[in-house]
Amino acid sequence: MRRRFSDAIVALAGDPTLAFLTGDLGYMALEPVRNALGIRFLNAGVAEQNMISVAAGLARAGLRPWAYSIAPFLYARPFEQVRNDVCLHRLPVRLVGNGGGYGYGVMGATHHALEDYGALLTLDAMTVLVPAFGADVAPAVTRAHVLSGPSYLRLGLAEEPSGSEVPPFAPWRRVVAGDGPVVLACGPIAGTLLAPLQAFEKARRPRLWVVSELPVTTLPLDFLDDLRAADHLIVAEEHVAHGGVGQAVALALAKAGATPSRVAHRHAVGYPSGRYGSQKWHRAECGLDVTSLLALFDEREAMPSTDDSQ
Amino acid sequence: MTGLGDMNAMRRRLLHMHRAAGVGHLGGNLGCLDILAALFGQAMCESDQFVLSKGHAAGALYVTLWAHGRLSDDDLATFHRDGTRLAGHPPASGIPEILFATGSLGHGPGLASGLALGWRLQGVQGHAFCLTSDGEWNEGSCWEALAFAVHHRLGNLTIVVDANGLQGFGATREVMNLEPLAAKFRAFGANVTEIDGHDPVALEAALTVAGREGRGAESPGVPGAPRVIVARTIKGKGVSFMEGRMEWHYLPLTDDLLAQALAELDETERTR
Repeated sequence: MRRRFSDAIVALAGDPTLAFLTGDLGYMALEPVRNALGIRFLNAGVAEQNMISVAAGLARAGLRPWAYSIAPFLYARPFEQVRNDVCLHRLPVRLVGNGGGYGYGVMGATHHALEDYGALLTLDAMTVLVPAFGADVAPAVTRAHVLSGPSYLRLGLAEEPSGSEVPPFAPWRRVVAGDGPVVLACGPIAGTLLAPLQAFEKARRPRLWVVSELPVTTLPLDFLDDLRAADHLIVAEEHVAHGGVGQAVALALAKAGATPSRVAHRHAVGYPSGRYGSQKWHRAECGLDVTSLLALFDEREAMPSTDDSQ
Repeated sequence: MTGLGDMNAMRRRLLHMHRAAGVGHLGGNLGCLDILAALFGQAMCESDQFVLSKGHAAGALYVTLWAHGRLSDDDLATFHRDGTRLAGHPPASGIPEILFATGSLGHGPGLASGLALGWRLQGVQGHAFCLTSDGEWNEGSCWEALAFAVHHRLGNLTIVVDANGLQGFGATREVMNLEPLAAKFRAFGANVTEIDGHDPVALEAALTVAGREGRGAESPGVPGAPRVIVARTIKGKGVSFMEGRMEWHYLPLTDDLLAQALAELDETERTR
């Protein structure tokens, strides 16, 4: 998604108010942005706290700043700057975190972003955009660019098979139709689920929904209709349970009086074995791999209100 | 320059306001009042902006804005009370002259750098002034911002350091000694001036020279470098029993002490 992100920023470079800050990252990805923006591209150095304060100042001065880094260095290191300088003033600073979830794999825990949107969504006026597919990146960038308040764009790797046809970027989308359980995914994991879910015969085929804009406020009527018919919800996200999509959706369902009788939540659980591996390996350790998720559809596994928060 | 009578009017207003609210932070407010008076009274133009990084001096800023007709007596009467805009630290909205909620130290230099850079990128004139404390430079983010401002040649930025030598729980030299501050700022590549932060002539001169850059005129020193003014101040300036005493970071005034402080201010005007 980094290359697509870079292309999307370049496409907006004609807007003279666009300014781009990076925390000394983006080698082999952001060079086109640097070339397109000239003096409006600034390498703020390895100083993320200052980068966010500067971005807030730029926004106050009338610019539309973006700030880029590896995700944890953008939301965790300078959290107070995001909270005080950006969000207290609802300034339109666009944070871009690369490597959502376990995206940096065996690079290790310091580089993972397992609580990014949960933490950021506690802040006033924050909008989180999580592209699921490669084609989502450009519209997500455009969406962030026109928002009048702060936003966070969580980038990962596009995982859908090449040539996949998916509905255009939207806060909520049904990307696979069927008569089976409702699977709600957040992020590129939806791309990995696409082909295995499509392979089901229609009667058992899970209905795959993707949420790409947070916070969860109201639930789409089509989603509620699907859920009413299926009476079975599985939420999959590469984020810790606390502050994640699962919790937010559960509350929204409870408020709507629409909680299904069977709910499962698969999410990041950190480092249960204390060992590290690829993104795929970490997902498997959390039960977020395709095999583990498919097992949830099995009638014997799908006990009422399955608790997957081990 | 702001005359002694006007300065004392601000000091009296500050003391009354803090007494009415029953809150402390008086020492650091009194100590930077001369700096704020010179900034708002002489140095700053319409196109300039100010960031109070030492947010605990909000009272001094409110009183300065009051002295310039930007806040009313009714506004000041709400200080620290339920439903006020005038919180103990600057608010995030509602007062046009206050761009940023501050209070957690170490944010102002980066915020002011962003303003200065934003204006330059847009070809807009203006000078960003930022007031920090000296203890605040314990925060690494201040040094991040200074390095950034020097590297990006933000000559339209001036950071004033209210160097009163005292911080939260001790003297700055004893807590985490950063002296010689001016030499450190020079080593970072800033244009540095060290002055008596209570000398109105020196303040006006240093701040006015600094503010020229960003308005099309040149200032002496390294071209394009941001400026740091180390203003040596006395915490609690103007009230003898507060001067140089750390406890007046915290203590609220009593009626007796307020009367004593006001009498001292009267005396300075009689004997000048």
